[in-house]
Amino acid sequence: MRRPTQNVRHSGTHVFLLAMSALWLAPLLWTLYTSLRPKEVTDKYGYWSLHGPFNLHNFGTAWTDGDLPRYFVNSLYIAVPSVLLTLALASMMAFAVSRYTWKFNVTLLILFTAGNMLPPQVLAAPLFEMFKHTPLPYVLSTSGSLLDTYYAVIAVEVAFQLGFCTFVLSNYMKTLPGELTEAALVDGAGVWRQFRRIILPLTRPALAALATLQVIWLYNDFFWPLLFLSSGDRLPITTGVNSLQGQFLMNYNLIAAGATLTVIPTLIVYLALQRHFVAGLTLGASKG
Amino acid sequence: MTQTTAPVPVATEVERAPRARAGRVRRLTGSDRLVLGLMVGVPTLIQAVLIWIPTLLSIGLSVTRWNGLALSGIKPVGLDNYRYALRDYPPFWPAIAHNVIWLGFLALVATPLGVLLAVVLDQQIRFTRLYQSVFFTPVMLSLVLVGIVWQLVYARNEGLLNNLLGTAGTNGAVDWLGDPHVNLWAALIATGWRHAGYIMVLYLAGLKGLDPSLREAASIDGATGRQTLFRVVFPAMRQINILVVVITFIEALRAFDIVWVINHGTNGLELLSVLVIQNLVGEGQVIGVGSALAVLLLIVSLIPIVIYLVRTFRKAD
Repeated sequence: MRRPTQNVRHSGTHVFLLAMSALWLAPLLWTLYTSLRPKEVTDKYGYWSLHGPFNLHNFGTAWTDGDLPRYFVNSLYIAVPSVLLTLALASMMAFAVSRYTWKFNVTLLILFTAGNMLPPQVLAAPLFEMFKHTPLPYVLSTSGSLLDTYYAVIAVEVAFQLGFCTFVLSNYMKTLPGELTEAALVDGAGVWRQFRRIILPLTRPALAALATLQVIWLYNDFFWPLLFLSSGDRLPITTGVNSLQGQFLMNYNLIAAGATLTVIPTLIVYLALQRHFVAGLTLGASKG
Repeated sequence: MTQTTAPVPVATEVERAPRARAGRVRRLTGSDRLVLGLMVGVPTLIQAVLIWIPTLLSIGLSVTRWNGLALSGIKPVGLDNYRYALRDYPPFWPAIAHNVIWLGFLALVATPLGVLLAVVLDQQIRFTRLYQSVFFTPVMLSLVLVGIVWQLVYARNEGLLNNLLGTAGTNGAVDWLGDPHVNLWAALIATGWRHAGYIMVLYLAGLKGLDPSLREAASIDGATGRQTLFRVVFPAMRQINILVVVITFIEALRAFDIVWVINHGTNGLELLSVLVIQNLVGEGQVIGVGSALAVLLLIVSLIPIVIYLVRTFRKAD
């Protein structure tokens, strides 16, 4: 549909897009640039200068002094079980509300969806007090309660993500033809077999998209670990990287290096699973 | 996109595709009913215990005074906490004002910018994929990282902005995050940087899903590009438009991470969500007051939530 006259108009469009791109990239490039420069150089010439050398020393220092490996591992401890549990529970719930009609199936789906949209701060005080007053043996928790444990963080992350995932998956499952499970029913397959052997394999594209999205969300989540985890060495990376600011004080070079390192796993997931990630973000926003 | 990018559910158009003829539970055998009961029961129990009951407890705690120690120490005080918050709590009204400004900025600047980018990038222009990746990059970052990256931009003598303005190192250098007259706007630009990209992705997906024959029909009828956009495309995108409005509203109420990273939400960056947490964990631990603030936040949040649910589920039944 491109007509030659449109090219003239498009040059204005490109000027606009280039200007916006510059605005969008400047903070990121500035961070990367700062992270590559030794502190002695920026102290001497200022951050607004072109003097070399450029090297990766800040990354090494941030990695070891900032205790980043520990934070990364902690993020795995939280994200992996949370994503697996969320998807397992959400797909079962979605199956039950979308493939069967019963009295409260739509009501429950509405409540699930609503819960996920609440600002987390609304629930902060009661959840914090509930966990504080739930005793756990000291073998399981050094605090003697659910506070300062991964169980607390994982449980709340799962509960919060469950609504969204159930909603998306139930919409997806609704589009699968009813004949599929009816044929299985005739063959004598029970509810579990229908779910496990027929519906779940067909839901794989939606599950892949949701899993990618959830991994990035959980990795990026700041609030729940901040609220529940008080031991600094248990924090996941997104909450932990914030404490680097206090640790490295005015050393912007190290802060920039730490921030850059934190983005790398997200970047890898995004580049490897880009299709799934964007599909997850827009799941249901367009037809199909 | 939760922070916390808010993971907000996405609306679906009513499916006209062959719909599942839903099974009837009554026809099921006993063991099938048990399986189905567990499939519903376990997730529902988790939601009830960790979302719905805490929401109700928040309302309960808001009419009590409690130091968070023994449960027997909970004392009912009626509406005292609300009275205190509205009349005597100094940061309350500033926080409300900041939340309103936050919403205004997202609704009038960041969201329209995201929609504009989507409309522009939906055209057949060169490098559209590359542009999309650029605007999308901040969406991948946590709000914590957005806060850190922009601190490097806003730093008084070391930051990019004052160096570009040529004021770095002089007395005229603005302390973008420390000066309570400007720091809210500085934080909003950082938020908008990410929010616009998020809206762009959502809107672009909607535009791509639009029936191409709509536009063809409009152009055959002699409509200009602008007319097609405003009279045909935007009305046809109603579902996405509502979604974008709801997301914008909710993001404005959920705003927390960025201001917490900058200065724990003080000195010009007070927000309702932050006051809730300051009352819960700070010295003093005024759980009742924090809960009263949480309930006010809940009531306001219910507006976009209910709008969204009504729009989404009314047609689906």
